[in-house]
Amino acid sequence: MAKSKFETDHGLNARMFVTGLLLVLLYAIIITVLIRVGVAFGFVIVIAFALIFSQYFFSDKIAMFSMHAHEVTPAQEPKLHEIVDRLCLLANMEKPRVGVAEIDMPNAFATGRSPKHAVICATRGIMNRLNDEELEAVLAHELSHVAHRDVAVMTIASGVGMLAGLVSRIAMWGAILGGGGGRGRGGQNIVLLEMVTWIVSLVIYVIAYLLTMALSRYRELAADRSGAILIGKPSVLASALVHITGDMGKIPRTDLRKAEGMNAFFFAPALASGTAASLFSTHPSLEKRLDQLNKLEREMNG
Amino acid sequence: MGLRDALFGRTTQAQPKLDNLFALSTGALTLDSELDLVSSGQAGLCFKAGSGESTITTDADIEQLLNFDETDNKVSITTDDLGFKWLVIKDPDLESLVTRIHSANTSMVENGLGPRLLCAVFGFVPKTPPGEGSVRLVYLLKQGTFYPFAPTSKNQRDNELELRVRSFLEKDIPMEKDLSRWMALWDLPVN
Repeated sequence: MAKSKFETDHGLNARMFVTGLLLVLLYAIIITVLIRVGVAFGFVIVIAFALIFSQYFFSDKIAMFSMHAHEVTPAQEPKLHEIVDRLCLLANMEKPRVGVAEIDMPNAFATGRSPKHAVICATRGIMNRLNDEELEAVLAHELSHVAHRDVAVMTIASGVGMLAGLVSRIAMWGAILGGGGGRGRGGQNIVLLEMVTWIVSLVIYVIAYLLTMALSRYRELAADRSGAILIGKPSVLASALVHITGDMGKIPRTDLRKAEGMNAFFFAPALASGTAASLFSTHPSLEKRLDQLNKLEREMNG
Repeated sequence: MGLRDALFGRTTQAQPKLDNLFALSTGALTLDSELDLVSSGQAGLCFKAGSGESTITTDADIEQLLNFDETDNKVSITTDDLGFKWLVIKDPDLESLVTRIHSANTSMVENGLGPRLLCAVFGFVPKTPPGEGSVRLVYLLKQGTFYPFAPTSKNQRDNELELRVRSFLEKDIPMEKDLSRWMALWDLPVN
């Protein structure tokens, strides 16, 4: 990472550090609670670490599988490979593997535990919607994720949240078993203690989750920034974002006549389409991202 | 459709909503004044060619149903690559296009073909040539809503123009609010 030419942002780094610190603090609280309760300490740790490590080691395979993506050769996708080649030369980084997901939803992602194991992937939908310049900007954003080792950082961060979730579940089992055992007055105290642990762990889980999401948003902004600086055209990334998020990203490329089977065009819809806005988002709002890119554009070209 | 139907996964075959079609005349005035788009003089009705309860299956049956005049070369039926049938009507007057599409719809519904109807399409082209930036207004018969479709090449569409069309038309005609339903109609026979 030190070698690659992606710009760093000190303000963002500081905020990420604080977020990370808070996560570590939470981690300490969980461990304390665990030791106090004294149940299945080793068990919890082993399982949690096994899960976190498998998520870390197989991140590329998990992400590729869940997005129905497959790796492509330069012969299959010459344009995509050409853009990645050019960007890697520019950033002085190793070329990751390149993949394509055959779905209409416009998206791109980078995954893999280290730059050596990285895969950079674009959906057919994004390749159809963006011009070459915009696609290059999006791929520069994804390459910054690789250079920033975001998969590793986010795995560790979300691992803490997962640990908290496990603790709350185990505490709950403990509370149920303790209640059924009928251990007299002392047993009742233990039940009470475990109930409290359960509630505390749940609260911790929610907080950890919110912090992870915040961390993720900071890292998205950081990737926007270094991606835009790498290609030297923040406005192009801004235009790509406008084309794939918000209203334009929702307009499909799928043919109405082909969609009639799965969609409710020939039938009355069973449920009206809801407007459930996602409360917790892993990405910053479009306005925030465009703001940052506008500012960068002025700094670079003003 | 109630919650119970949703829970049990029931769907009912919907009959087309035709009345909103007439709002198009007002919409056309707005398209003309705001975006310099005028009717291309073509409209189409897309429906599934199929088997089923109805005995009307051939083009001849449909022609008979719609009372085609033998000499009326403004109306034609084509089958597209995806196996859908298109009734294409050519008429320079938009009002008359709308009326003809509406009456074709009505007679198909009366003959039990309602559930097979997919959409009606009206072509709009820029007032001044060279004809870049034409837009089709698609009317979803089951939803009773319109949406714009502006193809630029084989599988590209101009989303900016489409959203601009919506912003001007949403006061005049019922636009489809769910953007994920703005499905494409590649290579459609209506210009």
